[in-house]
Amino acid sequence: MKIKSHNQAKAEADLTPMIDMVFQLIAFFMVLINFSQSEQNDRVQLPDSQLAKPAEDKLEFPIVIHLTSEGTVIVGGDETGVEGIRPLLGRELEVLRLEKKTAADANIVIRGHRDVAGGRVQDLIEKCQAMGFEKFALRVKEEPR
Amino acid sequence: MKIRNHNHTEDKAELQMTSMIDVVFLLLIFFVMTFKISVQEGDFNVRMPQPGDAPAPQEQTSLPLNLRLRADGNGRIADIILNDNSFGQDFNALNQYILSYVGGTDGPQGEDSPEVEIDLDYNLRYEHVIQAITAVTGQRQGDDIIRLVEKIKFAPTRKGE
Repeated sequence: MKIKSHNQAKAEADLTPMIDMVFQLIAFFMVLINFSQSEQNDRVQLPDSQLAKPAEDKLEFPIVIHLTSEGTVIVGGDETGVEGIRPLLGRELEVLRLEKKTAADANIVIRGHRDVAGGRVQDLIEKCQAMGFEKFALRVKEEPR
Repeated sequence: MKIRNHNHTEDKAELQMTSMIDVVFLLLIFFVMTFKISVQEGDFNVRMPQPGDAPAPQEQTSLPLNLRLRADGNGRIADIILNDNSFGQDFNALNQYILSYVGGTDGPQGEDSPEVEIDLDYNLRYEHVIQAITAVTGQRQGDDIIRLVEKIKFAPTRKGE
């Protein structure tokens, strides 16, 4: 009977290596986690380009506009047709005014779906121009190599 | 020499790992679930002020480049025409032509650099527009990018044609 109790104590597993590994995994995922996905929209598949490289300096006052394959635009979670973008951009202009900037300082980031008609993008740019925006960035994703 | 109970106390001093492991696994699951592989993204910058309030066009030293993109009924590219040179559907040929046009000068040429105006059919897919912009703005060689034409603008929309 004495020997039995002694063996029981020894049967406990050594958890240290497992905990080491699990902490490593957590560290890995924590480093790679990307919280900036609010900029993305699952409905928009960006076209790819071999020249896609993350910009060195951040765009000044970016306004992200998603253009879906159906030709509708999404700004800050609100969806509308290209024609109805004025009020949505008007909201952004208010914010710009509060920061004592003009529309010309802002950057319009266009995230267009790869299958949308190119003319739609032109329409969108024209609408933005009419409100005084002049800097546009066409967002693309890196080409799988 | 009584070493009674010595083993017993040592056993009791061991940490309770179970709860920590529970929490750690939960954390791990959280990070695995929220993990999403995201590809690199980049921008093509287009500066297009409202026509009219733009400053008067400066004297252009080089010819303006007019890139006409024709689409077929499905929105695919049908024809690429740059200043009367047709490249068919070959964006690589366009890229090579631009490379020789810009003329091996290194890098962007500042104010004097040529400007490309893209004139596209309304139904041409955005994907092909980006292909054209890619062919015009640069060439990738290994990890380096050779910049060709920096200035891009769009011609007025061709609606209802």
